[in-house]
Amino acid sequence: MIENLSRRNFLTRGSAAVSAVWLSAHWPAIVAAAEHAHQAAKSSAPPKFQFFTPEEGAEIDAIAARIIPSDETPGAREAGIVYFIDRGLTTFAVDDQKTYREGLPALQARVRELFPSVEKFSIATPDQQDQILHSLDDQAGPAPRRRSASTSNSFFQAVRIHTIVGFLIDPDSAGNRDGVGWKVIGREPEHMFQPPFGYYDKDYAGWQPNPPSAEKTKA
Amino acid sequence: MKLDLPKYKTSDEVDFVIVGSGAAGGIMAKELSESGFRVVVLEQGPYLTEADFVHDEVKVIGGDLLTNKPKLQPTSFRKTPNEKAKPQRALVYGRLVGGTSVHFTANFWRFHEIDFVERSKVGPVPGADLRDWPITYADLEPYYTKVEWEIGVSGLAGASPFDPPRSKPYPMPPLPVKGSGVIFERAARKLGWHPFPAPMAILSQSRPGRSACINCGFCLAFGCEVGAKSSSLATAIRMAEKTGRCEIRPNSYVHRIEMDSNGRVTGAVYFDEQRNTHLQKAKAVVVCANGAETPRLLLLSANKQFPNGLANSSDIVGKYLMLNSGGVTTAVFEHPLNDYKGFAVSRLLHDFYELDPQKVGFYGGGGIDARFDATPIAFAMGGLPPGTPGWGKAFKDTLAHNFTRTMELFCHGTSLAVENNSFSLDPDLKDAWGLPALCLTYKDHPDDLKLWAWQNQRASELLDAAGALKKWSQPIGEQQFAVHLLGTCRMGNDPKTSVINSDHRTHDVKNLFLCDGSSLVTSGRGQPTMTIEALAFRAADRITALAKRGEIT
Repeated sequence: MIENLSRRNFLTRGSAAVSAVWLSAHWPAIVAAAEHAHQAAKSSAPPKFQFFTPEEGAEIDAIAARIIPSDETPGAREAGIVYFIDRGLTTFAVDDQKTYREGLPALQARVRELFPSVEKFSIATPDQQDQILHSLDDQAGPAPRRRSASTSNSFFQAVRIHTIVGFLIDPDSAGNRDGVGWKVIGREPEHMFQPPFGYYDKDYAGWQPNPPSAEKTKA
Repeated sequence: MKLDLPKYKTSDEVDFVIVGSGAAGGIMAKELSESGFRVVVLEQGPYLTEADFVHDEVKVIGGDLLTNKPKLQPTSFRKTPNEKAKPQRALVYGRLVGGTSVHFTANFWRFHEIDFVERSKVGPVPGADLRDWPITYADLEPYYTKVEWEIGVSGLAGASPFDPPRSKPYPMPPLPVKGSGVIFERAARKLGWHPFPAPMAILSQSRPGRSACINCGFCLAFGCEVGAKSSSLATAIRMAEKTGRCEIRPNSYVHRIEMDSNGRVTGAVYFDEQRNTHLQKAKAVVVCANGAETPRLLLLSANKQFPNGLANSSDIVGKYLMLNSGGVTTAVFEHPLNDYKGFAVSRLLHDFYELDPQKVGFYGGGGIDARFDATPIAFAMGGLPPGTPGWGKAFKDTLAHNFTRTMELFCHGTSLAVENNSFSLDPDLKDAWGLPALCLTYKDHPDDLKLWAWQNQRASELLDAAGALKKWSQPIGEQQFAVHLLGTCRMGNDPKTSVINSDHRTHDVKNLFLCDGSSLVTSGRGQPTMTIEALAFRAADRITALAKRGEIT
């Protein structure tokens, strides 16, 4: 929906537009956070958090890893999302500090409520983790496009949006490490292409004229 | 080549000051300077060139690199004039030399004959002020041809049976077909419709100093690094500078037009980058600042003689705003289209350009195109089918599967002129320079929404015929964000119901001219830039003739 900033029916995409505005307002800081995540994920030394404690960082990392899981293809963890968010909370998402500060203990409480024997989110099993997150995802229902900055005051929505942005931002502008996010969605990294572009145009026989006569009004 | 560019003193009374350097302003500058006049173009945005354009959505879109700056230029919105407007991002336009033509999609359809005479053909529409233009398609045809040849439009003449008459073919063939275009073409023909190669202001063949399109995929919202997109920046502005008589003065924010006691404008007052104020003197002023900023400038220039705004004796400056209706239906196909490669649109159809109100039950008409223009984050948040989880493995899998397999049908349509729909000055909100901010008031006419729904139905039929695995339409709703800025200083013969005459001269002030989207009387079917540029070529001809006959000063 970033694209919608310049599309004439901006709001036909519902509150996606709100997310676009939010992203737009915070982009410069998002870039800085992405660079940080990039470096942190690359570095062999244990990276340092600026906002999170190591324990909090482990919890956020575990949440991000359920939002975009690693399987046959890389996920949030490989893209260094926790560092992107950590830097973000001192820059572009500074307004969300409270959300995270209050959200983490609430998460802890929810973990104990649902699974009394489990000490914290990051050591729960993936199935347990998904159950916990579903219980937080008060925006249950379809349409990720209905979710937006306006709902990200909820802790889980904030982590969700931050994770997606960090995963898919343009690798040339220092985003998702090694462009893993783009690889996952099949977006080739080049910036110059020749047709045919895909399956449907590869056997196109060339333009054939329309029949000469046509009624002006079809309806 | 190093150009010998003039530098006029503000005290030097030039022949013309042009406010704005976009689709209309660029052509106005080219035509008037090529006619021998001394011209200063005042542009509020920076003078960027191809070297400044990058494929970095973070900088370009996120940083509002090419567009108006919401933080410096806040705006407000309300549905009706009785409400108090709320601060809200309400519009987007290009804010740099070349204006919106730098970052647009570059769909370049001509208007058809019907667009100019619709009131006579379909009669009045309740709740709207539908009017005929004072000029016809035939008057504008030579100038459409000028745009195609001088600015550079690719396309195939005669490919659409609904096309209006033309005096010349396109100067170059259409761009290559995309996967979305092939799917669209095959399905539309199954239904008996008439798809055709989209006319685009993007080069399919190189021109001196400009490359043909390299299909980079960063088109809408971006500036073209290879000059393939036929923006005013890549075309008319350079031609104007070549004359040696035209000065492009960027970072110059015009906020007042001065008038003398004889009722003639004397020049334009602007802030430079350091916010110092200057008055550039001129024999005549041409405002090409777009359908939002042109009426705003007139309203900001209220004076003793025109207390409601300069050239606003009709009290309709800013009113009758039309945004065009538009619906998006998205579809997923079995195999990868990779439609993120290339420009946005390769096929469209005009079978529904002229609908019969007696048959469909509403006024309007439109065009439907096949496209894909979503960037990855946008796609993840707004491009997945309804019902897709917002996170987890199913989210990731759907995202990974659909990004290369998705396309959209974009339905473009008419908007009716409604008096309450307007750009006005917000009574409280101020911009960073302390001037009243733009307030958007808008509520779509019911017929515009009916057309939107009707066209979405056609889009669904087409996607069914195409064998889409899945399809869904974005919800239809009243608009509160403006991109097409049309009709706010409309053209007409009657000074009571229009702001400019068919020469683009304001009815009230002899040496003040307006030319941009604000001049339009009807909205067309959703692609106004081609017509704005044709109007600019024509207006420049008229203004030149008036000036040479000594009828301006």
